Order: sequence, then structure tokens, then C-alpha cells
Amino acid sequence: MKHTLSVLVENHAGVLSRISGLFARRGFNIDSLAVGTTADPAVSCVTLVVDDKQNEVEQITKQLNKLIDVIKLQDFTPEEIISRELILIKVSANDQTRSKIAELAQLAGGKIADITRNSLTVECCDTTDRLENLLELMRPYGLKRVVRTGTIALEKGSEQLTIE
Amino acid sequence: MKMTVSQAMVSCLEQEGIRQIFGYPGATICPFYDALSRSDIRHVLVRTEQNAGHAANGYARMTGKPAVCVVTSGPGATNLITGISTAYMDSIPMVIITGQVVSNLLGSDVFQEVDITGACEPFIKHSYLLKDPTQVARVFKEAFYIAGTGRPGPVLIDVPMDVQKMEVDFSYPTEVSIRSYKPSSKGHPGQIKKAAAAIAEARHPVIIAGGGVFSAGAEKELLAFSQKTRIPVVNTLMGIGAVPSDYDLRLGMIGMHGVRHANYAVHQADLLILAGSRVADRAIPSPTVLARQKKIIHMDIDPAEIGKNLGVDIPVVGDIRLMLSQLTEEIDAAVSENWQDWLEELNGVRQKVHPDYGPRDGYVNPKLLMHQLNQRADRNAIIVSDVGQNQMWSANEFAIPQGRFLTSGGMGTMGYSLPAAMGANAACPDRQTIAVCGDGSFQMCSMELATLVQHRLPVKIVVFSNNRLGMVREHQTVAYDNNLTAVFLDGSPDFAKLAAAYQIPSVRIHENSEIDNALTRLLEAEGPFLLEAMVDPLETTL
Repeated sequence: MKHTLSVLVENHAGVLSRISGLFARRGFNIDSLAVGTTADPAVSCVTLVVDDKQNEVEQITKQLNKLIDVIKLQDFTPEEIISRELILIKVSANDQTRSKIAELAQLAGGKIADITRNSLTVECCDTTDRLENLLELMRPYGLKRVVRTGTIALEKGSEQLTIE
Repeated sequence: MKMTVSQAMVSCLEQEGIRQIFGYPGATICPFYDALSRSDIRHVLVRTEQNAGHAANGYARMTGKPAVCVVTSGPGATNLITGISTAYMDSIPMVIITGQVVSNLLGSDVFQEVDITGACEPFIKHSYLLKDPTQVARVFKEAFYIAGTGRPGPVLIDVPMDVQKMEVDFSYPTEVSIRSYKPSSKGHPGQIKKAAAAIAEARHPVIIAGGGVFSAGAEKELLAFSQKTRIPVVNTLMGIGAVPSDYDLRLGMIGMHGVRHANYAVHQADLLILAGSRVADRAIPSPTVLARQKKIIHMDIDPAEIGKNLGVDIPVVGDIRLMLSQLTEEIDAAVSENWQDWLEELNGVRQKVHPDYGPRDGYVNPKLLMHQLNQRADRNAIIVSDVGQNQMWSANEFAIPQGRFLTSGGMGTMGYSLPAAMGANAACPDRQTIAVCGDGSFQMCSMELATLVQHRLPVKIVVFSNNRLGMVREHQTVAYDNNLTAVFLDGSPDFAKLAAAYQIPSVRIHENSEIDNALTRLLEAEGPFLLEAMVDPLETTL
């Protein structure tokens, strides 16, 4: 099952390296990773998505908690969170396909971010599943380049992960 | 108070009560050394940086507090890496200070630059690159706090040379507060109750004592718990001496090289009580089998160790010393009646185990030598073993009632014995300190003979010489069809002459009959002494 880990860390140099190094040396795989500061500029939030195939997520969270720079973390199941990921897709386009691509992209929740004579760049911010769907819709027209951010997530409802 | 960062660094050490440090200078740490020379802190100059780590390791294990080692940048720092990882694996509290190249050149590959905080990341509790001079006091205070609390471990402070020379307004904080680091102390009362209930239901309980008992200073509490409940105690390599060696319920070391009755107890038990033991593979080779057959109580300060290698029924997280007293209080002494038969059964097995102290043709029996050494050493002597066959001969013969046994357990670092013994002796100059090694491991640390002489550290050294890397030889015999390769130590020097070159007296023996006199000379020597015992290359570990 996919787990999303929200990890609040001290906003110091080297913290990300400690976290990613821990995953690498203990053989845990990361599906996606996103980092940014929080409302408190001294605190960053690292959002990690991991696919827990071997029941390792408990050990991962324990090891993360041992890092001195990790202030607090929470392990979420997909149902517990609102998650978003940003994608940019540069797709081949010509006079025949341009309007079809734009229509599909917009129906799937995307926006046209850039346009040239032979390409369209579509941006979309949504859940990973819906981005996958958009990507498949674009694929037949010829994908030139695809870039994605890691997933960020928040717990549903009014509860909140805080340092205290 | 205005002072330079290097003076502040020395002040921090003084404020932490540091009396002795181990190190090796170089250009980038010279500002610190300059300030250190005006302090009362004793500096012990080792002969290679790795040994500064091992010496601090031995010192920390004897004092129970973080010990300090200091080296320069680049090769000084990388040479120390094995010392750091050795301390990390055995949870030894240590503060490591490294010099670093000037801060505006960081990252440009200048002379003797290495990213030591990055290099040590996988095997260090925490590290700092001190770029802001105003943070020196906070960083040192935190480093000592982190190293010595919770699950202890090494903490590194890397200080660029220009920062060491900057001026700061210094005052040492009295308190430390790190919002992301709050080590636990007492065990959860509910879990303690559950543990007590499981003990009350058990018929064949065993305590497995690990190195955590020493980290927590819980030797008395462990003994009190075992005495009240009459639960027998086995120990891991790191837990040797956790209960006194003359205690009647002490069964000895478990694991790959453990004694039969101790392993028998673990296998026949219906309840295992792990106290500060991390279920390492050499101690418990098949944890999944154990987990299926028995109830397991695991007490540890580090929640990540619980359930890591072994499925656990009752986890109890906290300080072993506090948790053992909580448990002792919770439990009814009457439970001990439930396992009278069990104790008799274990005693029966123990009676059948007879160590082989027999003669060897033209050689010394190392087990007999260790046996006699343990009989004759002071009641509080410190044995520091190296790694290999000598380690297991030392481990299984350890019988010094108030003694300590130090070794590199997790890392299995050859060359540990002599520098760690130096550190242990520097911490406890009144306690007899004996380093035990093989001819392989001795040659990994023999440069430290000079340190013993220079700093008047009266460490006694026993070298078992078989002209082999004995444990690898044995492994090749068993697992590689006796295809012995790269295990012959031909070319080794005459150790007596080597010792003599350092003005250290020595004796070499070839027969069991010579052990007695040789031990007399070893134990009665005023300063360092080297005893070389010739051992049969085919001598087995067990």
C-alpha cells in the first residue's frame, strides 16, 4: 500500500541528504519526494510517498524519527489526505492536432502553459492518478518532454500536524 | 566574555568536565591546539587518528560519559572514520572535533579538504559543520547532550580553521533544549505491567543482557531484578560483565561463539527478556524462529531496535535502568517458584560443559592462559580484547568479578584493543588494564606502543601468535575446503625486539607450564608489558 509521510524537519543545510541517505542505505524505495518551507520559515516539510511492499514503513518512520533534525512525522494512508502533484507535458502539435490536444487537456483539468508552431506545453496540478490519466491522453500525440514534482499532501479535515 | 572560537571550544570542553582528550594535530586544527596548550586538559597524542577514536571509545566506556577526540581535516578526518563507525555500532558516547579548511574555500577541493560530515552521515548520531562562530557554545552543548543521552553515540563537530580564529562573546549555556530530540526515560507503566504479567505466566524465562545495560549504568538494577525473580541471565558479547561473573544465575555468552548452556537456555526458553540488546545477527542468528516459539519482552531505549530484527510481544521503550527498577518493583518475588525445575535443568547442562584447558604440543593453550589470567588479575581489572579468535577466547573466559570487558562488538574492528585499553587506563589509572590481541590485530595497532611509553600508560598486552589470521583461517578451513589463502603472517617482526625498541619489557612463552611465571611478570610489571604466547595455528575458537 502507498504511504504518504509528512515529515517536519529543521530547515538546515544537509537535512535532505540525511533523509535521502537513510532511505538509500536501508534499502527503502521512495516513489516521490517534495520539500518546501512551512508557515514557520525555520521548519520545512518533506513529503515522501513510499510503496510499502514489505511492511517496512514502521521501521522507516522509526529510523526517520531518530534523525535529530526530524521534529515530527506522520504516516498517512491515501484515504486520509488531500494530495497534489504538478506536471508539465510538452507534446507535439500541428495545425490538425492542436485544438484536439488543447480540448483534451482542458477537459482533463489541464491548462496550456506554452504554445509554439509545433508543440503545446500542458500544465496540470492534480492527484497522481488524474495526472497519469492526462498523460495517457497526451501520449498518442507524441510526448516531447514530461516533468513532474513530487506529491505534496495535507490531512483532510481541520486536524493539523504541528510541532507541539 | 570575548575570546576566540578556539578558546571557546576549549572552554566548552572544560565546562563539560573533560580532563583528557585524544588526538592528532594538523594545520586546520592548529588554532584549537594553540588554545588547548593553555588549558589543564591532558592531551594524549596517538600515533594514527583511528586510534584517537578507539582511545576515546575506551575512555567513554569506563566513565560512562562522552569522551573527546580531535583530529585535523582531510586524511586526519578520514583516518578517524573507522573509530567513529566502531563507536556508532556499539552506541558509545563520543564528541569528535575535526578541523576543516577555511570556510570560503569549502567545496573547492583545496589541500586536505574532505566533506567529513557527509562521509560519516550513515554511521554517526549527529554532526555539525560550525560555520557561524556565534553558535559555538550552543553546538558544543548540544553535541555533548546528544552524544550522552538516549541511545548514546558519536557526534561530530567540524570547524573551519578561519572560524576557529574568529572572536566571539562566549558564555556556556547551562541548559539545552532541542525540540526535535527528546529521549525517553521511564518505561510506559502499562507495558511494564504487561511484562510483569508475562513473567508471572512463564515457566522457562531467560534474561538476555546486552551492551545497553552498561550504556544505562543498569548493572545493579539488572542484578536486583534477577535476584528477586531468580531468572537466569545470559549475555551478548557487548553484555559481558553485565552481571558479576561469580553470580550463580549467570550463564555466559550466547550466539555463534557463545557457550553451550547459554544457547541452550535461549532455545529452550518460553520467555525471553531482552534488556538493552539489539538482536544482532551474531548473538541471535535466527530471530524469526525464536519469535514464533516464544514470548518476547524487548526493553530498549531505541524504539527502532524493537521489532527491527525480531517480532516482539511486549515492547518497552525507555531507560533500561529505570525500566528494570520499575519491573522489579512490579513483580512478585513468589514467581521464582515457577521455574525451580528450569534452573536445575540449566545447571545440569552447565555441569556437562567442560572447557578444554589441556596441553598443546609445543604451544600454549590460549583458553588456559585466559582462564589463569582471569583468576589472577585484580578483582576490578579491565580486559580489552581485539577481534578474531583472541576475542572469543577472552570473551568466554571472562571471570573477573568486578571487572570490565571491552571489545568492538558491532563493527568487529581489528586493532581496537591497544588504543581502547589506553583510553580505558587513562580513565581509570588505578585499574589494571590488559589488552588481548592476536598477531594480526596487534600489528594493526602496535604503533601505539609509543603512546603508552610517552604518556606513561601502564597497559599490559597479551599477544596470541599463531602466524595466522586465525579466525579467517578457521573459516577457510570450514567453509572453503581448507583452501587457506592470504592468512599467513610471515614477515611479522620479533615482537619482543619490537617491544624492546620501545623500552617495553616482554616475555615469549611456548608451553602451558610457562604461563604462571609469565603472568606474574605481566601483572607485576610497573609500566607496560608484552606477553607473547605461541599458539597452535590449528587451535579452534570454541
